[in-house]
Amino acid sequence: MRNPLSERIVDIPFSGIRKFFDIAAEMKDVISLGVGEPDFDTPWHIRDEGIYSLEKGRTAYTSNAGLKELKMEIAKYLERRFQVSYDYDREMMITVGGSEAIDMALRAMLDPGDEVLIPQPSYVSYMPCTVLANGRPVIINLKEENDFRLTAQELEEAITPKTKILVLPFPNNPTGAIMERKDLEAVAKVVIEHDLYVISDEIYAELTYLDNHVTIASLPGMRERTVLINGFSKAYSMTGWRLGYACAPAEILEQMLKIHQYAIMCAPTTSQYAAVEAVRNGDADVKEMREEYNGRRRYLVKRLRDMGLSCFEPYGAFYAFPCIKKFNMSSDEFATRMLQEEKVVVVPGTAFGDCGEGFLRISYAYSLHKLKEALDRMEGFVEKL
Amino acid sequence: MDLREKILTYIEKNSRVDLKDLAVMLGVQEAVVANEMAAMEQEHIICGYHTLVDWEKTSIEKVNALIEVRVTPQRGRGFDSVAERVYNYPEVNAVYLISGGYDLLVTLEGKTLREVAQFVSDKLSTLDSVLSTKTNFILKKYKDHGTVIAKPQDDERMLVSL
Repeated sequence: MRNPLSERIVDIPFSGIRKFFDIAAEMKDVISLGVGEPDFDTPWHIRDEGIYSLEKGRTAYTSNAGLKELKMEIAKYLERRFQVSYDYDREMMITVGGSEAIDMALRAMLDPGDEVLIPQPSYVSYMPCTVLANGRPVIINLKEENDFRLTAQELEEAITPKTKILVLPFPNNPTGAIMERKDLEAVAKVVIEHDLYVISDEIYAELTYLDNHVTIASLPGMRERTVLINGFSKAYSMTGWRLGYACAPAEILEQMLKIHQYAIMCAPTTSQYAAVEAVRNGDADVKEMREEYNGRRRYLVKRLRDMGLSCFEPYGAFYAFPCIKKFNMSSDEFATRMLQEEKVVVVPGTAFGDCGEGFLRISYAYSLHKLKEALDRMEGFVEKL
Repeated sequence: MDLREKILTYIEKNSRVDLKDLAVMLGVQEAVVANEMAAMEQEHIICGYHTLVDWEKTSIEKVNALIEVRVTPQRGRGFDSVAERVYNYPEVNAVYLISGGYDLLVTLEGKTLREVAQFVSDKLSTLDSVLSTKTNFILKKYKDHGTVIAKPQDDERMLVSL
């Protein structure tokens, strides 16, 4: 028989957490600090709107780009929260999670051989999606000494004549790093100088604990070269609803929409109706959850430092990224042993890029009670080393 | 939110939180939280620390009732004096002044139906300013003090996700 598979697909590796999932799934009394999604349920008034839309029989497709009502609300929201304005009709589309938007943006913009700069550690999909879009991923290794922010110099050094896109994944999963206005301004200058485009994945925008999140699209000269990606999963605890959106200049968005039209049709209708309620009346829920995360964040970072681990201050998302280099173990070894000996799940930093070696991603999307119990176990483990 | 509001918001949901942990979460010194709480106790902003019990799950019988009470307010003192007469009974859990069809909402706890009924007919109805009462027995508590009484849902998330 002929080989049924595409070589290009087979060459893309599976994600590095499978092993942990398999070991943990077999064990009893495991406490996990390994998830990348909120622990809160979707606020009831949002769920209620989803249910209501089903009761009303709103079960058909929406237009390809998404419900007009939802897009209009998102436009107002982006203006209100991040001072950036988009034409809901020509510059916005609703996607199946932020993940789809990443894929669509890369596919719409890349020609074979175009280079995409991907700062790491970062979320795992940028690299495979680039490869699937015939692009060439070029990794920028972010450094702990810079609090895992992207510097203008790092960017400058990675640019070649073939560079077309910079992926900007902040607030960052797995490090919890953010980019402040001054950091973004420095990066924007280089981007404009070299005529690059930016795919800004801002899915954690609402979970920022220093000042309000700044989107690079709001800086002068950047709106026309940015695809802004956001969504409902993290801000409103709506991961399972699979709903995100992309905003971009009409010229780019039009082509993204074309792929979306052929590949997806439209984002789930029930989710879109629920999301109207989220973005219209959900600011208070977001604020409450942010406060709660922030408290846990302080607690987690303090506990890690009290254990003697160095941990830079993570001002975004819901992760801390402590350094374990002093134990002379790889991240994988540390995480595997801690799972086997103390039944605590964390994700090795290497799951998010080679430069994550020596670090762990620890999620604080858990109640204080859970967090405390897991950290007590972790403390016991560290003391034995 | 100022510090007081943050403390109150937190301990209203979990009064047993370790002060040391609470201080870390709020990003202040432990002494600051302790002082603020002591001051709020002094000012009677914090009126007590209670435990939410689901008596249904024990073998102890309790009967709870909500009683709607219509009363004649008294000259110069409005509803306060009659409310005071009512809330001084230890079997009374709560007394609220209510807008609408009646004046006071009284919640009661007794061991048996008879005990509650007896309290209403002997003690409450016989007060001079009480015009009428209407007793509603609570059959089942679903949610109380913002907390769902049923067993909390398990964490259904996958153990690891990226």
